[in-house]
Amino acid sequence: MANNATIVTDPDPIFGKLTWDSIPYHDPIILTTFLVVVMVGVGVLGAVVYYGKLKYLWEEWLTSVDHKKIGIMYIIAAFIMLIRGFSDALLMRSQQALAVSESSGVGYLPPEHYDQIFTAHGVIMIFFVAMPLIVGLMNLVVPLQIGARDVAFPFLNSLSFWLFVVGAMLVNASLFVGEFAATGWLAYPPLSGLEYSPWVGVDYWLWALQISGIGTLLSGVNFFVTIIRMRAPGMSLMKMPVFTWTSLCANVLIILAFPILTVTITLLTLDRYLGTHFFTNDLGGNQMMYVNLIWAWGHPEVYILILPAFGIFSEVTATFSRKRLFGYTSLVWATACIMFLSFIVWLHHFFTMGAGASVNAFFGIATMVISIPTGVKIFNWLFTMYKGKVTFDSPMWWTLAFLITFTIGGVTGVMLAIPAANFVLHNSLFLVAHFHNVIIGGALFGYFAGLTYWFPKATGFTLNETLGKWACGLWTVGFFMAFMPLYVLGFMGMTRRLNYYDNPVWNTWLLIAGLGALIVLVAICVQFYQIFASIRDRKNNQDLTGDPWGGRTLEWAMSSPPPFYNFARTPEVRDRDQFHYMKEHGLAFKRPASYSRIHMPKNTWAGIVIAGFSGVMGFAMVWHIWWLAIVSTVAMLACFIVYNFSGNKDYYVEVDEIEVMESEHFERIAVAHSAQTSHQQGLSGSQGKASITLPLSQV
Amino acid sequence: MARSVQTHGGAAHGSVKEYVWGLFWSVVLTAIPFAVVMIGGFDGRLTLAIILLCAVAQIFVQLVFFLHMNTSSEQAWNTVSAVFIVLIVAIVVLGSIWIMNHLNHNMLMGH
Amino acid sequence: MATQMIAPEPGYTGFVAEEHHHDYAGDTLLGFWIYIMSDCILFATLFATYAVLGNSFAGGLTPKDLFDLNFVAVETGLLLLSSFTFGMAMLGAQHKNMTQLLLWLGFTFSLGGGFLAMELYEFYHFSHEGAGPTTSAYWSAFYALVGTHGLHVFAGMFWMVFLVIHLLKDGITEANFTRLSCLSLFWHFLDIIWICVFSMVYLMGVM
Repeated sequence: MANNATIVTDPDPIFGKLTWDSIPYHDPIILTTFLVVVMVGVGVLGAVVYYGKLKYLWEEWLTSVDHKKIGIMYIIAAFIMLIRGFSDALLMRSQQALAVSESSGVGYLPPEHYDQIFTAHGVIMIFFVAMPLIVGLMNLVVPLQIGARDVAFPFLNSLSFWLFVVGAMLVNASLFVGEFAATGWLAYPPLSGLEYSPWVGVDYWLWALQISGIGTLLSGVNFFVTIIRMRAPGMSLMKMPVFTWTSLCANVLIILAFPILTVTITLLTLDRYLGTHFFTNDLGGNQMMYVNLIWAWGHPEVYILILPAFGIFSEVTATFSRKRLFGYTSLVWATACIMFLSFIVWLHHFFTMGAGASVNAFFGIATMVISIPTGVKIFNWLFTMYKGKVTFDSPMWWTLAFLITFTIGGVTGVMLAIPAANFVLHNSLFLVAHFHNVIIGGALFGYFAGLTYWFPKATGFTLNETLGKWACGLWTVGFFMAFMPLYVLGFMGMTRRLNYYDNPVWNTWLLIAGLGALIVLVAICVQFYQIFASIRDRKNNQDLTGDPWGGRTLEWAMSSPPPFYNFARTPEVRDRDQFHYMKEHGLAFKRPASYSRIHMPKNTWAGIVIAGFSGVMGFAMVWHIWWLAIVSTVAMLACFIVYNFSGNKDYYVEVDEIEVMESEHFERIAVAHSAQTSHQQGLSGSQGKASITLPLSQV
Repeated sequence: MARSVQTHGGAAHGSVKEYVWGLFWSVVLTAIPFAVVMIGGFDGRLTLAIILLCAVAQIFVQLVFFLHMNTSSEQAWNTVSAVFIVLIVAIVVLGSIWIMNHLNHNMLMGH
Repeated sequence: MATQMIAPEPGYTGFVAEEHHHDYAGDTLLGFWIYIMSDCILFATLFATYAVLGNSFAGGLTPKDLFDLNFVAVETGLLLLSSFTFGMAMLGAQHKNMTQLLLWLGFTFSLGGGFLAMELYEFYHFSHEGAGPTTSAYWSAFYALVGTHGLHVFAGMFWMVFLVIHLLKDGITEANFTRLSCLSLFWHFLDIIWICVFSMVYLMGVM
């Protein structure tokens, strides 16, 4: 699609490079996708208007500054992008399964299309699936865990979310208008420079990442301040729940690493737009500096993804083992160590670029050292389960699947950390297998565990357990089938990103991998069906008490879903597992003597509108429509200033309203209590359902 | 009101005397390296050392006299984050220089 | 497990006895400080790029050919003085003295403007002499680093204008004082970055 004939060398003053030829209407796959997207979009919008929900959507969701709603929107957006990213994965797997040789077939994807697909797959899965999943979970959970009523900067939180959405929309727009980068997910120059990528693909990549990256940076600052300054009285740092700890470390990494990304892609932008020579082939440019900088961001980035997942596993393991987490202090220090070490290993992504023995040795050893704190964590989880009363609910299934899968991924990571071995394995499918092994088996399984675990808190009902276990089983089997063959292929010498190969020996393994991808497809379908079925049957899965799993931390101390103000009264923390402590001492599920009015932020239009203009600006920059870029930038600034000068950003929730909402909560607890009593009388000896594990003595 | 404002967020405030001293030291610590380079004739490594020392000293002057950083508990997070940032800045800058020197040397680039 | 726990004292309900007012200004100041810390990394990346591309003149002009230290010394003087005047403005705000505050802010704005004008003149001059941002990797890095600092100064001045509008509208309120404190942090931070710029770029450039 990067058809050189369509490149406009002398941009039109009104439309820039944009012409009718920019729309790939001659490609049946894209045209069909486009029509489906348009139809679904129009259908959804039509339904919203038809049912008169437009106002509700705008006032309660799109302009919301409520961290819980923003978290839910992040997660929904992530699942939508997961469909796109996984479709790309299926396309690649099927192409490689088919493209055996000239005689038996070369598959169905031409190279320039295939290259865009693997680029989009990587970009989408990291930036627009994994990141929103984890930022969404942080949004949902962190303020609840620390006893806060919102994040420190609610407006910035909304802005961050919408900037992320704009980034995702730019990536999706590239599918239908123009092209996407065909450079690999990190767009190394000189390939991504103007000389070799003259059309708009790389520009889409640049602006999508720049805009969503700024959103992520704002999120990082926001959550750092929230965790540092908004913890409930009594919650010292070493009394913070582990998920909050790992989120804190991840946000520190965001604050430290994302500015590097901002600068790096800005410099590439300058090369492409103004003709500077940072990374060009001529006039002293140095492409190796780009690789150096992008990985100085990129390596911390993978720890931004994985650290909160570690936190989720810690929460899940402790809750479902009915035990205090083993070695809390060591786990916190291990997290802090990983946070620091993640900044001194970035060269291991380019051992083969030509650095000398001393550099490679240093970074190789530093990389191997990371496996020590990571190993500490594995033992923390194992010893938490040891002698615990482990119940195998689906979050625990994900955790066990993670423990096995991630350990394998960690071990292959140590192999790659040996510079000598890396010279054999670099850029091979072994590497592809390794990072999928840690990102799927580590981060993604963690997010799924977290989603299952906190889903009832967000919605008020639990997910279907049977389907959840099927999803976990299928994901695990599918994962192993899809990626273990890639380790083998890596050893056999197959490099990554091949559109076509001429070695029939590889084909068997690629067919197995393709089959694995299909199993993952089934797993994802089961997950979507799980969500659908759980919503359909929500009356049967209600979480009446707010504490469906016998939780240990503060997020279980209020109703599910939580009232918008989270805590009717601010908790006073005495213990690391504060909610468990309250239950042990008969303090949980008790109505406070009185309430006082609560200070809350008001919803605001500013986040979505400013981000919307940034999207217009990004699109205009991609297509060199300069006037529109200027207009939308001015509009962004104007909106920000108007918002800044508007008073009336907050209000008080009065006691009456709080009393009504809290009364409903305590009535539901009473219902749960009576249901549990009759259940136990009817079925003495059998265990109660998870949704009604409320200890009788405490009502 | 003025009292309550001062306690917020651990932001300490200065006095005229402090600002004047800050300006004085800034001027001195700027004048020295400029003079050394402009007069010239000093040993290259000595010049470099003077420039770097004066720069570091002046950064501290700015932090203490203008930004009023101190080790009070109210400012603990500001100070801790600043120290940590210095560490990361050092890693990113010196690490990049180290790596790129190696790469440029081995790959015959950078000239 | 219960054995590990210390039993709560009588009267402990799990909730605070009285809700306390949250110090929102403190959140803002810490948040802004953390933003500045991340900005340090942004500049660190630019400095690293400058250092790595420091000899990549591609046979063209070098800083020794163009840098004029007298000019840079004046630029530096303006910015250092503006740090001092901003400090005086802060004192005015603390003493609730609007005239003093606006006067010193006015000085700061003018000094910042003078600095920017000199920088723009310098850029124009260098480009005219044949060392524009596209001349070689070195000059690309030079303009990116010094220009980003200049852009920050410009942003600070832009912000100052709107802050003055806020001040004229509402007086020295707590919210405005917080805004002023943030801008003060920003302005002093730009001074610190400039110390690194004149040392690393200009002084070492002509050594």
